[in-house]
Amino acid sequence: MALAGLFLIVFLVLHLAINLLLLKSDGGVAYMKAVGFMTSNPLIKIMEIFLFGGFLIHILIGIIIQIYNWMARPKRYRVEGFSHTSFFSKYMIHTGAIILVFLTIHFVNFYFKKLGWVAPPEGVEREDFYQMALLLFSSKFYSVLYIILMVFLGFHLNHAFQSAFQTLGLNHSKYTPFVKGLGTAYSIVVPLGFALIPLIILISK
Amino acid sequence: MNFTLKIWRQKNARSKGRFVTYKISDISPNCSFLEMLDQLNEQLVAKNEEPVAFDHDCREGICGTCSLYVNGHPHGPDAAVTTCQLHMRKFKDGDTIIIEPWRARPFPVIKDLIVDRSAFDEIIQAGGFISVNTGGIPDANAILISKSDADYSMDAAACIGCGACVAACKNASAMLFVSAKVSHLALLPQGKIEAAARVQAMVKKMDDLGFGNCTNTGACEAECPKQISITNIARMNREFLTAKVCTQKKRVMAGGGI
Repeated sequence: MALAGLFLIVFLVLHLAINLLLLKSDGGVAYMKAVGFMTSNPLIKIMEIFLFGGFLIHILIGIIIQIYNWMARPKRYRVEGFSHTSFFSKYMIHTGAIILVFLTIHFVNFYFKKLGWVAPPEGVEREDFYQMALLLFSSKFYSVLYIILMVFLGFHLNHAFQSAFQTLGLNHSKYTPFVKGLGTAYSIVVPLGFALIPLIILISK
Repeated sequence: MNFTLKIWRQKNARSKGRFVTYKISDISPNCSFLEMLDQLNEQLVAKNEEPVAFDHDCREGICGTCSLYVNGHPHGPDAAVTTCQLHMRKFKDGDTIIIEPWRARPFPVIKDLIVDRSAFDEIIQAGGFISVNTGGIPDANAILISKSDADYSMDAAACIGCGACVAACKNASAMLFVSAKVSHLALLPQGKIEAAARVQAMVKKMDDLGFGNCTNTGACEAECPKQISITNIARMNREFLTAKVCTQKKRVMAGGGI
């Protein structure tokens, strides 16, 4: 769970770095160059398998653990949840489910089109992610939905980062406060970075 | 002080159970929570009703016998105390107090507010011990232990095994209890000998008994009457991972006489 999560956390940074190239006003040259590298490099191809594995393991173990956790308390309390806790940790399965829904939409919008499972929009090459992205973000509805989803991603990541370290036993009186700070910063900066793209496109229109 | 009490009543382990409302008046603010229940029980007995069954023993916060999930908190709303150390002045006059038993699959309700916590005993039996030499009493300073390790170990050893961590956890996980026991022994040289086997056996037992998994929510730490820190959980995870990775396969020894 923690290992797969950390792997996905690293992946998100890479994904964001490429996405931010969308904002470069060069007609998508830099962005498509990066996409081209990501889709053709053999090493990345191998990493892609790990990535799908990482997602699958994270989702499956997440669901299984949740079911076990529900089973561990068959009779619930009448008054519940007044203890002081890490707030977002209580809703990881919920924010996770929201992200999973988004991930599915995301796959239909991009990856499945590349594979040819879903027809690309009219007049757009099936590997032209630049045009596809711009087309999607030209819809106000999609952009707003995307930004809201990034907020939930932030909630998920806020607990995830430091929790992964704790699960792996990496707790230390000197470094844990730094890890917690870094986690909070990450959970704000990364989703904000993603949300910035449709936001800028919306504003510049 | 006057209170309205909503108490979980359950005849035995098989019966269904329900909340029953009681009114109690003229309670001293200096009364402990359990003394307040004693007074309720005296009144119930006088009326020829069945008294409310609840666990208690030392009544000074060191035995870990008292339980009770009071208004959404194990051991009540006060921090770092057991129910027997909770005073009625922590409540407001006229408050409604909802009292429930610990809720977890491995802690079945036996009667009213009493749950069977022998699952914890089973976890201890799985590995919460050390080997010692028999014979004369060893010199107290024969084994040198760093002050820092001794302090961290003592912090973990403060666990009284009350089960508040399980009761507070949204997943009914016993990780704080088990990690306190693992840490207490793993930090000391005497506990090093069985350390790798201990952590694996105790974690396995905990899982087999049906406790939930840790999601690092931190409710256990917040509710622990002995303020055991979740850094112990990280230590146990560390011990567990290293033990799993580094432990050699068990050597099969031929028994004598073959």
